Amino acid sequence: MTMDVNQLQAKLREHQSAMFQQGFLDDQFSQLQKLQDESTPDFVLEVVTMFFDDSENLLKNMARCLEQVPADFKQIDAYAHQYKGSSASVGAARVKSVCATFRSFCETKNLDGCMRCLQQLQQEYSLLKNSLQYLFRLQNDIKAAGGSFS
Amino acid sequence: MGMAAETQFHVLAVDDSLIDRMLIERLLKTSSFHVTAVDSGSKALKFLGLVEDGKRNEEPPTIALEANQDVEVNLIITDYCMPEMTGYDLLRKIKESESLKDIPVVIMSSENVPSRINRCLEDGADEFFLKPVQQSDVNRLRPHLMKSKVKDEEDHHQISNKRKETEESHSPDKTRTKMEPPKVVNSS
Repeated sequence: MTMDVNQLQAKLREHQSAMFQQGFLDDQFSQLQKLQDESTPDFVLEVVTMFFDDSENLLKNMARCLEQVPADFKQIDAYAHQYKGSSASVGAARVKSVCATFRSFCETKNLDGCMRCLQQLQQEYSLLKNSLQYLFRLQNDIKAAGGSFS
Repeated sequence: MGMAAETQFHVLAVDDSLIDRMLIERLLKTSSFHVTAVDSGSKALKFLGLVEDGKRNEEPPTIALEANQDVEVNLIITDYCMPEMTGYDLLRKIKESESLKDIPVVIMSSENVPSRINRCLEDGADEFFLKPVQQSDVNRLRPHLMKSKVKDEEDHHQISNKRKETEESHSPDKTRTKMEPPKVVNSS
């Protein structure tokens, strides 16, 4: 049942590669990984965890704002701007892309468009979170098995 | 002054985003800078020893100078979009301060707005970085720091006029900065 280090490392490479290929992550995520070293072994995990917390708050806030009548597009746009910024900073490419679309719907005060974007954001965030958690689990398993990953 | 002997530069980073603060702090530390990160312009000014508007003018100049001599900051890097005080507002306040105006200031923004970039550079910013900030951006900071360090040491050692003339041609000159193509496109 337990895999050896080589198998785990292969799985990690495959998974990470897929995440980039499918556009979940972009080069900025690689930049984060480059900033991690022996003195800051949990840097990526810390930043991503912060991003998860930030995401959940922002999604909650945007949902609340969209329920209000009339919708405060300026406030929603401010949240979308913030989310776009943080997703760009961690390399969450698909989330960032949806945020950009979201902002243009805010600009044109398109409530329907905004609601669709919010739904899309929730989906993208959920997919990303699951994928990243799997990635971190693989890394932990490798470490536990005495291996290392670049 | 003891501070002049230190070779490590101290950067003050200002950003209301926690994630971006973590990032810039890590980027700067990787380049061997000593970093202080704050989440607002007003906290930055407080750290620098500048009291808020109005009050500063009421205090005799010597007190304001003593206030920021405890802390030596060699460069300020600030986000543009922040609530209450924008990075641009902070830039203006720093450039209007006798004691702080020679500290190089770098502005960061997630938005590529040429008019915004030009305005910041014209009003004294030494660089404008598009977010997300890269290692290659941070590598561009050292020349600005070396320039002001040299100026600092010359002020202390009272070098001859000839060197002073050379130094003046390198002092924060808006024209010179404008002639260098500002970084407007992130090549990632």
